[in-house]
Amino acid sequence: MILARVVGQAVATVKRPQFEGAKLLLVQPETPDGLAFGTTLLAVDGVGAGVSERVLVVVEGRAAAEIVGRTLAPVDAAIVGIVDRVDVEG
Amino acid sequence: MQIGRVIGDVVATRKDPALVGVPLLLVQPLGPERQPQGRPIVAVDSVGAGVGEHVFFVRGKEASFPFHPTAVPADAGIVGILDHLTLGER
Repeated sequence: MILARVVGQAVATVKRPQFEGAKLLLVQPETPDGLAFGTTLLAVDGVGAGVSERVLVVVEGRAAAEIVGRTLAPVDAAIVGIVDRVDVEG
Repeated sequence: MQIGRVIGDVVATRKDPALVGVPLLLVQPLGPERQPQGRPIVAVDSVGAGVGEHVFFVRGKEASFPFHPTAVPADAGIVGILDHLTLGER
């Protein structure tokens, strides 16, 4: 899983049926210190996250499909937690 | 998933039989402000996207799920067309 920040929300009418009812959030991966890195991802939200919240994102298909609860869902990223705090050694 | 813009299509006459009839589109991945992010990729399309449209696509073996039970040899697939993207304040 990776740490990320929710930066936006997407709306799509035409989509694969497994996305029906799913909330799609744009997330920016972050380091533990909160620095943005890498490419932004569109993730299915499984926990009711909102814009500007720090979240935990799985970037693997099978885990992400669990969130939409449908078999053969063509998803590869899902928000599975809202991060309260990250403590880093030192 | 990632968001992107369809910038072209790819024609290949000689290809894996499982790719016959499957549209191949050239997609430029986009960042949150819809600026190009990284290099264009070729993605299979299962939602009827066209050149100029903003879409979201999945990476990995999940790209072939919309074509189940045909095992399409693809590692990127368009799974939705974006209507809008709402960004939070940064």
